[in-house]
Amino acid sequence: MRVTIEVNGRTVSEEVEDRMLLVHFLREQAGMTATNIGCDTTSCGACTVLLDGESVKSCTVLAAQADGHAVTTLEGLTGPDGDLHPVQRAFREQHGLQCGFCTPGMIMASVSLLAHNPKPTREEVRTGLEGNLCRCTGYHNIVNAVVDASGQEVAQ
Amino acid sequence: MIPAQFRYQRANTVEEALAALAEHGDEAKPLAGGHSLLPLMKLRLAAPEVLVDLAPLDELRFVRLDGDTVRIGALTRHHDLHGDGVLREHAPLLAHVAGEVGDQQVRHRGTIGGSLVHADPAADLAAALLACDGTLVARGPRGEREIPATEFFLGPFTTPLEPDELLTEVRLPRQTGRGWAFEKFTRRAIDWAIVGVAVCGQSVGLVNMAGTPLRASATERALASGAPIAEAAELAAEGTSPVDEPHATAEYRRHLARVLTARALEAAAA
Amino acid sequence: MSIVGTRVVRVEDGTLITKGGTYVEDLRHEALTGAVHATFVRSPVAHARITSIDTSEALQAPGVVAVYTAADIDLAPGQAGPVAQPWLADGVVRYVGEPVALVLTEQRYQLADAAELVDVDYDPLEAVASIDAALADETLLFPDLGSNVAQVTGGEFDEHAFDDCEVVVTETIVNQRVAPAPLEVRGAALAWGEDDRLTVWLSTQNPQLARTIIALGLGVGEERIRIVTPDVGGGFGAKIGSDPEPVVLGWAARRAGRPVRWTETRSENLTAMTHGRAQQNTVTIGGRRDGTVLAFRLEVVQDAGAYPRTLFLPTLTELMASGVYHFPRVETSSKGVVTNTTPISAYRGAGRPEATAAIERAMDLFAAEIGRDPAEVRRTNFIRPEEFPYQTPTGASYDTGEYAAALDRVLEAGGYHQLRAEQARRREAGEPVALGLGLAAYVEITGGDGGGESGRVDVNPDGSLTAYTGASPHGQGLGTSLMMLLSDQFGIPLERITVRHGDTDEVPTGVGTFGSRSLQLGGSAVRRAAETVIERARALAAEMLEASPDDVVLDTDRGAWHVRGAPSSATVGWADVAARAGDGELSEDVWYDEGTPTFPFGAHLAVVEVDTLTGKVVLRRIVALDDAGPVVNPLAFEGQRHGGLGQGAAQALLEVMSYDSDGNPTTATLADYSFISATELPDFELLHMATPTTRNALGVKGIGEAATIGSTPAVHNAVVDALAHLGVRHLDMPATPLRVWQAINDARKAD
Repeated sequence: MRVTIEVNGRTVSEEVEDRMLLVHFLREQAGMTATNIGCDTTSCGACTVLLDGESVKSCTVLAAQADGHAVTTLEGLTGPDGDLHPVQRAFREQHGLQCGFCTPGMIMASVSLLAHNPKPTREEVRTGLEGNLCRCTGYHNIVNAVVDASGQEVAQ
Repeated sequence: MIPAQFRYQRANTVEEALAALAEHGDEAKPLAGGHSLLPLMKLRLAAPEVLVDLAPLDELRFVRLDGDTVRIGALTRHHDLHGDGVLREHAPLLAHVAGEVGDQQVRHRGTIGGSLVHADPAADLAAALLACDGTLVARGPRGEREIPATEFFLGPFTTPLEPDELLTEVRLPRQTGRGWAFEKFTRRAIDWAIVGVAVCGQSVGLVNMAGTPLRASATERALASGAPIAEAAELAAEGTSPVDEPHATAEYRRHLARVLTARALEAAAA
Repeated sequence: MSIVGTRVVRVEDGTLITKGGTYVEDLRHEALTGAVHATFVRSPVAHARITSIDTSEALQAPGVVAVYTAADIDLAPGQAGPVAQPWLADGVVRYVGEPVALVLTEQRYQLADAAELVDVDYDPLEAVASIDAALADETLLFPDLGSNVAQVTGGEFDEHAFDDCEVVVTETIVNQRVAPAPLEVRGAALAWGEDDRLTVWLSTQNPQLARTIIALGLGVGEERIRIVTPDVGGGFGAKIGSDPEPVVLGWAARRAGRPVRWTETRSENLTAMTHGRAQQNTVTIGGRRDGTVLAFRLEVVQDAGAYPRTLFLPTLTELMASGVYHFPRVETSSKGVVTNTTPISAYRGAGRPEATAAIERAMDLFAAEIGRDPAEVRRTNFIRPEEFPYQTPTGASYDTGEYAAALDRVLEAGGYHQLRAEQARRREAGEPVALGLGLAAYVEITGGDGGGESGRVDVNPDGSLTAYTGASPHGQGLGTSLMMLLSDQFGIPLERITVRHGDTDEVPTGVGTFGSRSLQLGGSAVRRAAETVIERARALAAEMLEASPDDVVLDTDRGAWHVRGAPSSATVGWADVAARAGDGELSEDVWYDEGTPTFPFGAHLAVVEVDTLTGKVVLRRIVALDDAGPVVNPLAFEGQRHGGLGQGAAQALLEVMSYDSDGNPTTATLADYSFISATELPDFELLHMATPTTRNALGVKGIGEAATIGSTPAVHNAVVDALAHLGVRHLDMPATPLRVWQAINDARKAD
C-alpha cells in the first residue's frame, strides 16, 4: 500500500507492505536512523517518536496507521540553524547519555513529558519515563536533564 | 520482530467497519490503538489475515454525561480519559485507572475499547469498570446490544463479542460522591499488576485474581452487612482462582488481595 | 590551568543527541549494497538430539537466498574451554537459543516468514537445568568429558581452619544469573572485498580480539580480516571479542557471494547473548565474639551454561575472596559446571561482584550472629592503610586503600546512627514498613587481565592532534578523557584533537575495553606516546628558537614553545614545529605493558523500606564512595558510578534470568525480564575520595565496574537488615516481593 507521512516536516510517500512498522518506515523509507529498536514487546521505548505531537512507540504502530499524519524524530528536533532543543542541550549538559542507544527515544519521551507537565518534580520525571529503559546511566542524570530542560534548578 | 503478513483496511464509518468484519469473519480483527493486538502479532501469537483500522471513526471518541450515565466512546485513548474533566468529576476511579495503564506512550495510543475487548485478566480498566457497574455496548449486523461488565469477561482473552461485532461504547452510572481507590501491586511501575484492587463505594473489583476480572463478592456482602473493613477485606480472596506463577504464587496473590483490599477500602473511605 | 580533573561535557554527544549514533544497523555503507539479511533458527528446547532438519519449504519462501545447517559448514568447530562448540548445532542442541540453522533472504521482512518454515525434529533428552542437576552428573552434556564438572580449582582445605573460632557461620548464597541486556542487541554486517579480505562491522568491545576470533574460526590469516567498530550501544562485558555468530555469517557471506547483515531480536538476545554471574557460593566465616574474623572459606560453583567458554570467572572470584579484610586464614575452591542453559560470560564486574557479594553477606551474617553492628565488625577487620601494598592469602597484591576512611565517610554522610535510631523506633512501634540499612565495603581489581594497550599520537601538519587507541569505548566517554589528557600535555584545545579507535586497519594492535582497563592502560599508552612526541618536538623547537633543548619550555596554556624565562619573546607553535619535522617524526606508536592491576575500593550504604505485609522493597537511598584514584573527567566518572549503582541495585532487587526445570527460559522478553527502570531507583548520593596508585603512568584505577560491585551487596544486605527483627537471617537475590514475603513467613513459622 502507499503510505504518506510527514516526517520532520518533509513528506515521504512510499509503497510499502501493509505490515510495515512505523519504525522501519522512518529508518528505511525516510532515512531517519536515529530512532532505534531495543525490544519486541513495547517495553524499552528506544523507538519513541512524536506522532502528531504525542510520544508513541513506533515499533507498535503500523506505518499505515501513521498514513496522513506527522511524525517527529530526534533528527527533527534540532532547529534549522542547528540550534539544539532545550531537551537535547540538557541531555548533553547533564550527561544524560552514555552509549546513546536509548537516547533518541528518551529525548522524545522527555519532550512529550514536558509538553504535558512543564515543571515536573524528580518523581514525576521518573514516573513519566517509566516506559523508557536505559542500561548505562542509572537514570540519575536523565532525571537531571529533564529537570534542567524544564528550566528548574538541578539539585547537586 | 514483525507480524506475519496481513491485509490492512481502513474503515471510514462504523458501518464500513461492520461490513468489513462481516465479510471476513474471524479472519479479521478490528484495530483500535493496536497496543494489545500488535505486540501479539509481532510475537506471532496472533496472525489475523485482515486488520480493519478504526482510526477514522471520530464518532467513537467522546466522554459525556447523559443524565446519570457516563458514556465513553470505545476509541477514547487512555491519555484522554485520564485528563478528561467530565470523567474526573463523575467517574474519577476510571479516570485515575486510565492513567495507570502502561506508560505515557502506550496511553497515547491505547484505547479503552481495545483494552476491554482484549480481556486480559491482568488489565486494570476491566476490574475498574466492573467495580463501577459498567456496561459495554456492541454493534453488529443484528443491531446494538448492551452487555453488563459482569457478563462481558468470559475467560482469559474471551468475551461474548461475535467476530462481526464491534464494541462502540462503555457506560457507567455516575459515581459522584462515592469514595474510590485503586491499589496496583507490581514489581516495577511499568509491569502488569500482580494483583490490583479497584474500589468504588462498597464495590470491589479485582485484577488478576482469576481468568477474568471479578468482584470480591464476599467482601462486598460483609460490608453491606456492616462488617468493619479489616474483617470484610479478609474475605477478598474468596471465590478467586488466581494463577500460580514462579514470581507470584496463587497463595501470595490471595494474600495480596486481602491486604490491598483493606488498603483500598480504607483509602476510599477516607 | 589544567583541564584534567574539571567537568568537561563529552565531545561524543554532539552527534548522539542530534542525529543519533551510527550503530551497525544504521550503516549505509557502499560495500553493503545488495546485502542479504540473516537470521538464525534457534533451538526451542534445552537438550535434544536433532533427528532431522528439513529446509525445503523454507527454501521455497519468498526472497530466500539460502538456508544453511551444520551439514553445510566446512569449518573446524570452535572451542569452548575443554569442549568443541559447533558453529551451528550438530546433532545435539544444548540450550534454548542455540543456533541450528541460518536463513538468508533478500529483504528483512522475509526473514521471520522463512525461518518459521525450517522444520527441525528434536528428540528430547533430559535437561540439566540447574547447578544441582549438573553436579548430580546423572545426565551429561558432554559424555566425552565424563562429567558436567568442566573445571576444578583449589579445595585442599585445612580441617582445623576454624578450630580456634568462638563463632562459625555458614551459608550458601546464590548469585543469580542475570542478562547483560545492552540496549543495542548484537549485530554485524559483513562483506568480502575484491582483495579477498572480509570486513566485519561489528558491535564489539574489542575489535582486535574479534579479528583474532573470527580469523581463527574461518581458518584464515588475521591479515584477511578487518573489523570496523561503529557506535556500540552498550556491552557490559557481553560484547567482548566476538560470539560464534559472526564466524557463521562470515562463512555464509563467502558461500552466498553476497554481503550479509544481521541484527538479532531482543528475545534472541535474552537467550542467546551470554548471561552473567550464575554462581552458588558457600561461605564459612569464623572468629571471636569481639568481632575479629579468624578464618574465611569460600566454595564457588560456577554455572558455565552449555558451552563453558569463560571459566576465568570463578577463579577471579577466588582471587578477590577476602575483600577489604585482613583475615589470617582464607581458603577457596571452585567448580565450573555445564548446564543446558545459555552460556555464561562476563557481565559488569565479572567474577568480582560475586566475591564481594559472598564476603559482604558473610560479614553481615557474622555480625548478626555475634550481635554486633555490621559497620563495627567491618572496621575491626579492615586492612589498614599502612599495610599496603598488601598481599592477600589468595594471591592478589593490593596497591593502595583507605578502607576505614571510606566507610566512615559514608556512615557520616548517610546519617547512619540516626537511621539506626529510626529503625529502632519503627520496630518498637511495630510499624509495617520496616527500615533496612545495608553496608558494603569492597575492593576490586581493574586491568586485571595482564595485557597491555596500544596508543599512538600524531601531530598533524596544521598543528592539530590525532590519537589512536586500542581501547574501544562504547559509551564510557573515554575519547573525551583522552583528549583532555592530551590537551593538558600539548596545550592544544580539545576541538583540535581527534581520538580514533575501532578499525583494525587503523589500529592494528590493541586489547580493547573490558575489566575497567581502558583509562589506566589505554590512557597510559597515549600518555607515553605523547611524552615521546613532545620530547622530539622539544628538539625541533630548540633548533628553531636557537636554544638548547634543556632551555625551551612548552607553555601548555598557549600550546607554544619558548625559551625558558622569556615567555614573551619568540615562540613557536605546534604547526611551526610540525612544518619543521620530518615525515613521521612527530608520530609515536607505543605498546604500554608496564601497567599492573589496580585495586579500586569504596563503601556503599543502601537504605530500603520494606512493606512487611506485601514484601515489596523500595530502595530509598544509596550513599556511595568509590575511590578509583585521580579523576580525569568527573562528569564521565560520576556517570560510570551512576550506571554501576543502577545495575547493582537491579541485581539485588529485580533482575534474574529464570529457567523452568526443563531448561525453558521464562524471562525471555523485556516484558518478562525485570530490567530496572527509573521508577525503581533513587537519586544517588556520591562521595569523593581519590587515593592514587603507582601502577600505571597516570596513577589512576578503573571505575567502570566498581559501583556495581559495591551496590549489589549493599542493597541486598539492606533488605535482610530490614527483616532481621522478624527473624530473617538470609534470603537470596533478587529480593522480589514474593521472596521477601516468603522469607518473613518462613521466619515466623520457624519461630
